[in-house]
Amino acid sequence: MKRVLLSTFGTVAGLIALLTFKSQGHPLTTTGALPSAGLPGSGSSSTPTTAPPAGGDTSGGSSSAPPPAASSSSAKAASRTVAGDAVETRYGVVQVQVTVSGNRIDNVSFLQLTAFDGRSQEINGAAAPILLQETLSAQSAHIDNVSGASYTTDGYLQSLQSALDKAGVR
Amino acid sequence: MTSAATLPRPTAGYRRVVECMGTVFSFDIRTPGVGAAAVDEAEQWLRDVDATFSTYRADSEISRLERGEITMRQCSADVRTILAECEHLAVETGGWFSMYATGRLDPSGLVKGWAIERASDILARHGSIAHSVNGGGDVQCAGDAAVGRPWRTGIAHPLLPGRLAGVVVGTGLAVATSGSAERGAHVLDPHTGRPPDGLASVTVVGRRLAYTDAYATAAYAMGHGAQDFVEGLAGYAAFGVRVDGAMWCTSGWGNETGGSAG
Repeated sequence: MKRVLLSTFGTVAGLIALLTFKSQGHPLTTTGALPSAGLPGSGSSSTPTTAPPAGGDTSGGSSSAPPPAASSSSAKAASRTVAGDAVETRYGVVQVQVTVSGNRIDNVSFLQLTAFDGRSQEINGAAAPILLQETLSAQSAHIDNVSGASYTTDGYLQSLQSALDKAGVR
Repeated sequence: MTSAATLPRPTAGYRRVVECMGTVFSFDIRTPGVGAAAVDEAEQWLRDVDATFSTYRADSEISRLERGEITMRQCSADVRTILAECEHLAVETGGWFSMYATGRLDPSGLVKGWAIERASDILARHGSIAHSVNGGGDVQCAGDAAVGRPWRTGIAHPLLPGRLAGVVVGTGLAVATSGSAERGAHVLDPHTGRPPDGLASVTVVGRRLAYTDAYATAAYAMGHGAQDFVEGLAGYAAFGVRVDGAMWCTSGWGNETGGSAG
């Protein structure tokens, strides 16, 4: 569990770092999909300690909480929430909010996400979907979910998606 | 320890199946620490959308608007937005997408995909960076299924029940399929009022499900014209299965370089 949490923090830090360096252009376009921009493996590997305060603490940050480095060895630091800058990406506006205790990120959430505008969404070359076009049995295809012509509540029971839901996460 | 490659995959996730809008929604969250609270809000959102937009409910805004009991100006912002987007889609698709295809006001060709897309956004606001929401066979994915592994969305074969016609692999994609198995053949050629022929199903892939789903609906109604139509849409790709079993796809797909289906 701890390792999983650590990976989450790394993910968060990577995301914040990507969103913070907006002066470098479109930071999220390298991986295409916006929510995955900070996933480990997408190229970001910044360290968690440097990322959280950098986001745009517009109050100046001097009075809200002790600096992370100074508080790391003291008793439980007060939790504080910092909103990052809203960043314009090719997929729309993104703004994250981070809750920090000392130098630890407790939570990250989106304050703003892409606006409802399908026309602006693009699949860039690097992130083009792959189509495996062959007739397959669902068992051999290692699929996560199924797209098909709409099913009704009754039809769902016979659907492949229903079988996947029963099987749960593997 | 800090290398992504050495980090363990999340072995547990959060799943929920929700009945709403006459179909079933499957939530599959792969982000550690995001679960019930996020899905609670997303589920409530779906129920609110149903209450507002359902053509089966006499007291929905859409039904009341249809009967002339309220005017557009009295409708909620969401209703006005959806109706405006439907008008836009009707123009953009040359009339192949229509909220009047059934002979009455019915924007559900856009509403369901939009509701799923927004449900996915709700999960994201709760901190999820990896999840999928499947509503009746239309899927909005966010991020990847696991660290370094994109989502794999099977395409139900329209002619061979229980089998797949293909698999879509990608990060954060929206995948929508429209076809003859659609409930009550609710996709109608807006020009004739009849179910279209030529295609058994068409799958459209994009980034955001609202438009992706609407384009799938329009493409299916077009029949033989579907491939050229999606070819002309920047940022979308399509895969079709004709009624004779022949398959086609547009040029927007990436090259598969390895990875057999296993």
